[in-house]
Amino acid sequence: MEQVLSGAKPHVNPTSTLTRLLLCLERASAKPTTIKSVYAVGVSFFLLIVIIPSIAGIVAQMFSLPSLVLNAVTLNGMERAVSWSFIIGLTVSSLDIVAGVPLAWLIVRRRGHWATILDSLADIPFIVPTVALGFSILQFWSSPDGIAQLFGSKSIVPPGVVLIMLLHFAFSYPVIVRVMVGEFLNYRETYEVAARTLGASSFTAVRTVTLPILRPGLLAAFLLALARSLSETGATIVVAGSFENGTVFISNARNLGLTSAVVVASLILILSSLVVFSAIKLVAPRIRVAPLRVWPNFERKLSRSPTVAIRNITSVTIFLVFVLLPCLFIALPAIMAVASGTASEAILGAGPWKAFWSSMLLSYTIAVLVTIVNIVSGLPLAILVARNRFGTRITKLVDALVDLPIIVPSLALGVSLSFFWGRIGSLPEFWVIVLAHTTITYSYFVRTMTASIQEVQPELEDAAKTLGALPFRIFRKITLPLTKYALLSGAILVFTRSVDETGATSAVSKTLKTAPILLVNWIKGTVSVTPTERALGVGFLVATSFLALVVLRLIAIRQPSRKVG
Amino acid sequence: MPPVRFVNVTKRFGKVLAVDRISLEVSDGEYLCVLGPTGSGKTTLLKLMAGLLLPEEGSIYIDEKPANHIGAQDRNAVYVPQRYALFPHLTVLQNVAFGPLARGKPVSDALEIASKTLELVRLSSRAQALPNELSGGMQQRVALARGLASGARLLLLDEPLSAIDARLRLDLRHKIRDIVRQSGLTAIHVTHDQDEAMSVGDEILILKNGRIQDSGPPRRVYRKPASIFVTNLFGGASFFEGIVDNTVGETALVSARGLVIQAPSRMLTLTSPVVLAVRKERVRLSFNQPPEMDNVFKGEIRNIRFLGSSNEYVIRLSNGDSIASRNFAESESEFKVGDEVLVSFREGDVMVFEYPPQGLSKELEIA
Repeated sequence: MEQVLSGAKPHVNPTSTLTRLLLCLERASAKPTTIKSVYAVGVSFFLLIVIIPSIAGIVAQMFSLPSLVLNAVTLNGMERAVSWSFIIGLTVSSLDIVAGVPLAWLIVRRRGHWATILDSLADIPFIVPTVALGFSILQFWSSPDGIAQLFGSKSIVPPGVVLIMLLHFAFSYPVIVRVMVGEFLNYRETYEVAARTLGASSFTAVRTVTLPILRPGLLAAFLLALARSLSETGATIVVAGSFENGTVFISNARNLGLTSAVVVASLILILSSLVVFSAIKLVAPRIRVAPLRVWPNFERKLSRSPTVAIRNITSVTIFLVFVLLPCLFIALPAIMAVASGTASEAILGAGPWKAFWSSMLLSYTIAVLVTIVNIVSGLPLAILVARNRFGTRITKLVDALVDLPIIVPSLALGVSLSFFWGRIGSLPEFWVIVLAHTTITYSYFVRTMTASIQEVQPELEDAAKTLGALPFRIFRKITLPLTKYALLSGAILVFTRSVDETGATSAVSKTLKTAPILLVNWIKGTVSVTPTERALGVGFLVATSFLALVVLRLIAIRQPSRKVG
Repeated sequence: MPPVRFVNVTKRFGKVLAVDRISLEVSDGEYLCVLGPTGSGKTTLLKLMAGLLLPEEGSIYIDEKPANHIGAQDRNAVYVPQRYALFPHLTVLQNVAFGPLARGKPVSDALEIASKTLELVRLSSRAQALPNELSGGMQQRVALARGLASGARLLLLDEPLSAIDARLRLDLRHKIRDIVRQSGLTAIHVTHDQDEAMSVGDEILILKNGRIQDSGPPRRVYRKPASIFVTNLFGGASFFEGIVDNTVGETALVSARGLVIQAPSRMLTLTSPVVLAVRKERVRLSFNQPPEMDNVFKGEIRNIRFLGSSNEYVIRLSNGDSIASRNFAESESEFKVGDEVLVSFREGDVMVFEYPPQGLSKELEIA
């Protein structure tokens, strides 16, 4: 044993504290108890910080109510609202797949500068704070100052169900593109090659071979988009008008003080989401694709370059007109602000800007902490799930539970979190926000990492083991480098989600104002600012987040660890 | 009408010349084996035939029609990649039916063609299985059936047996060959295994660095190889460097580091440096002077490998060179390591090559 230990000892410079620390960790990892306790901490964190706070508040409230009083009208409205949530979610997610997959394909297969730019632009809807997003889309489609200007009318799409769909389409779209770009990068092109030499045109090959093989990825993307649509509250309220879907219903009921309705609607929405999710996950992989009819002449026409050009132009146009432009519309006056001098005032921190910059600092500090906490606590769980260490059944259950925080409506989540952390007592507000954000973003990181670790062949780790490497060293030198791309995408998702989170943050924070909350006050007029200042505020937040993403991307590109098919 | 004809075809990847001015012609119904070390351009050649790559220079004709710009889906040439690329989401039957479906056949017709083809490769009982439920050999047969069912006239097999157990491989290579012959197809079979190439090919084509080194029927290529590289590729030959001392009629006397070897004199000029080669199965070992042998040398056995039906020996000759010999294992001729023996071979079994400009060892490198 001693020999094994010394065999694994790296050549270290004894003066470096970091190497000495790494060596210490490596030695510690040789003991099974250390590994067990790391996993135990990971699992307890998952249960105590992620799962229980997500639902405990709602469940506890249900039991603390004297009685569940619901009249027929409320019940009727609730039923309609929840049904609409699913109609909107399923429609929008399907449309997102139809529109997003061709763009992901274009990004992966073109591999040029334009493709890289498109790839980065597709992340923008992630980094616009959700409420600002709602407001931006409302302005773009519904206000006379928006796109209606072009047509000389007052409003193109009034607030209501169609506008909700446009909003959800815009913020779910990047999820599809992000997931599918990863899938296409890992896909072995030989299947397509084989199909083509068997006489299939490229369109036929993609339709009958590539997409069916990538079904798990498509399903994951679809479910993430669906979850986002089912749970989003903050932006939806802004564009809903008098229309109610599930989350708007909960929000309205809360404003009217109907606690019973809030609790029941939240529970119904959470439970039905879980049922729908499990059903889709169970049924979808079992559908066997029957031999498909092929229309060679028609599909060949679709494969020709003029048709392909039209398709590419259409998907880029859809992205620009329905996603990017509406999301950034609120920030457009910021360009004028730079010219008029408002920008220099802002940078100097005059007037309302002092508060703005301190809230930006707060937001980014929280986001960095949340990302670190997520990586440290999420990795053990991702390994446990990916390597099936719990046994098949429990792993499946944990796997399903990981999705919980993104299924729970964000307002209900906020209510639950504030209730939970309110009861726990004397934790400083700053840390409550950090923990709340960790709960909200947990799924994104663990989901991404689990998928990636599953693709690392266990043989590699076994080989390293027989070469005398200790567990921590294997992780650091084998598993981590091979999954670095996923780790970065996971971190990007967590970071951006933390920076733009509004709904749940407003529920748990009392005095501290993160940037999105401050901007919500600006947009709602709680603090009086000019529209230019408002635009500039959103613009600053988007620009800094975008910059952070670009920097992270550059780090990822500089040391590529992506699997080459 | 030759199904495939190449005229001066060149394909580059950046600065690397993968296929360098290749001209060839495959006749109808021929089974051609393309043999070469890794990186010799075998797969590139196959992909050019399939239409998966386009040549930079030269012309490709399929059925005598210019085909440089005909896409893979219109060439009637099926490419079967190394690991077969069976579609994992489709059953065996659906995989085989894919070709006819892609060409617009109605589903019922396509399935009928597929079942018939599965009968041909004797896999009807596994029609409803998914590819990952089959053994490597079965997967290989499904890939073959999928190619046959597509109605292609040309079958392009890229290392079709590389993923299969050694024992099964011997069996399968003849099965593939029989099926191809029954269906009357033309096949190009790429491999780096010289035994495989010799035992199944009507013709062999040998590639190195994107150039054709030799081509012809297996017997001809083995017995009268065009170059040192080709001789060495088939293995089992011993090489000697020497200088032509004298020619007597049909016989040349070559002095090789102190030994004088008799070789066929074909067009050799005096004092020219040459390389001689002798295959191991042509080299005899004995304790006593053998009758009617042109070249007899003393040597010491350094190494013996038992191969079941035969023994292989490495013998060090008096000048320090080594020579390999392969004899059938017979009880009366048991040689031991360290035995002093006589090594003999006929003049007619000596192959003579010009001395290569870059030296012998460079020529013997197999990438």
